[in-house]
Amino acid sequence: MNDIIISVRELTKCFGDFTAVNRISFDVRRGEIFGFLGANGAGKTTAMRMLCGLSYPTSGSGTVAGYDVMREGEQIKRHIGYMSQRFSLYNDLTVEENINLFAGIYGLSKAETEERTTELLERLNFSSERKTLVGSLPLGWKQKLSFAIATIHRPEVVFLDEPTGGVDPVTRRQFWEMIYEAAAGGTTIFVTTHYMDEAEYCSRVSIMVDGEVRALDTPARLKQQFVVESMDEVFRTLARGAQRGE
Amino acid sequence: MRTFIVLLQKELLQIRRNSFLPKLILVFPIMVMLVIPLFTTMDVRNVNVVVVDFDRSTASRRIVSHIEASEYLSLMGVTSEYGVAMKQLEQGKADVVVQVPNHFERDMAISDADKISITANAVNATKGSMGTQYIVQTIARTLQELQGERNPRQMSELVTVQNRFNPTLNYRHYMIPALMIILFILVCGFLPALSIVGEKESGTIEQINVTPVGRMTFTLSKLLPYWVIGLFVLTVAMIVAWLVYGLTPAGSIGLIYLGAALFILTISGFSLTIANFSETMQQTMFVMFFFIMIFMLMSGLLTPIDSMPDWAQKFTIILPPRYFVEILRSVYLKGTTFVELWTNYLALGIFAIIFNLLAAITYKKQA
Repeated sequence: MNDIIISVRELTKCFGDFTAVNRISFDVRRGEIFGFLGANGAGKTTAMRMLCGLSYPTSGSGTVAGYDVMREGEQIKRHIGYMSQRFSLYNDLTVEENINLFAGIYGLSKAETEERTTELLERLNFSSERKTLVGSLPLGWKQKLSFAIATIHRPEVVFLDEPTGGVDPVTRRQFWEMIYEAAAGGTTIFVTTHYMDEAEYCSRVSIMVDGEVRALDTPARLKQQFVVESMDEVFRTLARGAQRGE
Repeated sequence: MRTFIVLLQKELLQIRRNSFLPKLILVFPIMVMLVIPLFTTMDVRNVNVVVVDFDRSTASRRIVSHIEASEYLSLMGVTSEYGVAMKQLEQGKADVVVQVPNHFERDMAISDADKISITANAVNATKGSMGTQYIVQTIARTLQELQGERNPRQMSELVTVQNRFNPTLNYRHYMIPALMIILFILVCGFLPALSIVGEKESGTIEQINVTPVGRMTFTLSKLLPYWVIGLFVLTVAMIVAWLVYGLTPAGSIGLIYLGAALFILTISGFSLTIANFSETMQQTMFVMFFFIMIFMLMSGLLTPIDSMPDWAQKFTIILPPRYFVEILRSVYLKGTTFVELWTNYLALGIFAIIFNLLAAITYKKQA
């Protein structure tokens, strides 16, 4: 089963008597772009945090890159990249210093770091911003930089939590080009989004409603199943039934 | 190792880029050491005295003039009515009333004669008791003089007092080591905690938590910069104490640094532990304040532990600053050596290990 990189069975997370994630099960194949959709408060971020080893599941099981989410969180962290919903690079460090920090944390040598930094900055057209404080960059640039840093150690899977929230359409497009490039290089992408056009770009999509996965398939087959024209309509059909408010 | 180095670099860059921290680290110790010793003094001065003189003799006039001459006492007036004096005491114009009975001089030699009575306003307990003491001393000296004049052979000094290690009983010398400790508690107690909670508030800690950084490594990277800063603050404070107050350590400087090194580790570890349990800056500040109050008031920093009630004395055993207060004061003022203080060093060492392990253990990468 080498081509399954994330496998989740009956994964559940409760906060007190509130069940944020309710017995979700799915598999993600190596190299695919897996869209993880759901309304606000549906439990996407909670589920993603469990997969990244940031949060312990209440029950159920799961493996990421072959490691158990319950017991081997620290092992998982060596093999994944994560980009949080909230921008979380150091605003008071420069572009280069942020890259050095995370490259160093993942154990890249100085020479490797230097090489990848140069290559990465060129790819992003950022070479002139090398010594700019991250806090002074526009949001779209910050997001691209976050993604680049989340993949600096060439992880097997990268988790992106609403990476394009608040980003302009042009930058959004560039961002998805970066995602495609990474996927083409063999990195599995696990991405949440609220943009349904982005959902169309995914290899497969799951839709969460009220802490449960209600649909999971390729965008084309989901549209067929719900007999609609767009992912937008698929999403709205499912989300309309949600009990949880925002 | 490389992980630790990049994390350390990051901490240093952040401290340097901060618009406030470098100033704080340099200016704060200088200001505290320069200004606070000027006014934190337990020496009681300007004790206002009213003398009720029923005797109107040479002896009573001598007493009055000695009170007038004392640098600690100031004479508010001489009256022959007790009521007037009491009124002034009630109104707060006088701190102490001295009453010289009628025929005091005449009956001085008789053992059961009327005695001089001293009445003090003890609302401010320190001022009341110190004021009475000064007066008693002044009057005793006057009486001794008078006696000596009448009968020179009887003249003898009854008591001699010698203050060792702080010969002039200068309260500043007592306060300066205490101020240094307060500096450590503030700088090395608050800054590491705020640095961690700041990362929680800005969300950057999550980006760290999703990497394979060990919690020991991360904790150490937060600890080390403040350890160096703490030792720097000590150096600045010692230089100010020397230049401005002429106070240099009587004992070994190495012993002072060793104690400080252990104490800073302890207090920073403690601060990191608090930070691990706090979500916001306010929360951290209030919890830290609570403990700092206890540290400052119960560690013998301002009031001696020996005069606390028994249960409180026992409680101070678990307060790390208590050990360092003793180390710093006795090395600084008495020149005490390691042999006499090794238990204090041991206690600090144990606290340093406990708190830093606690800080590493309570740091949760996965919740």
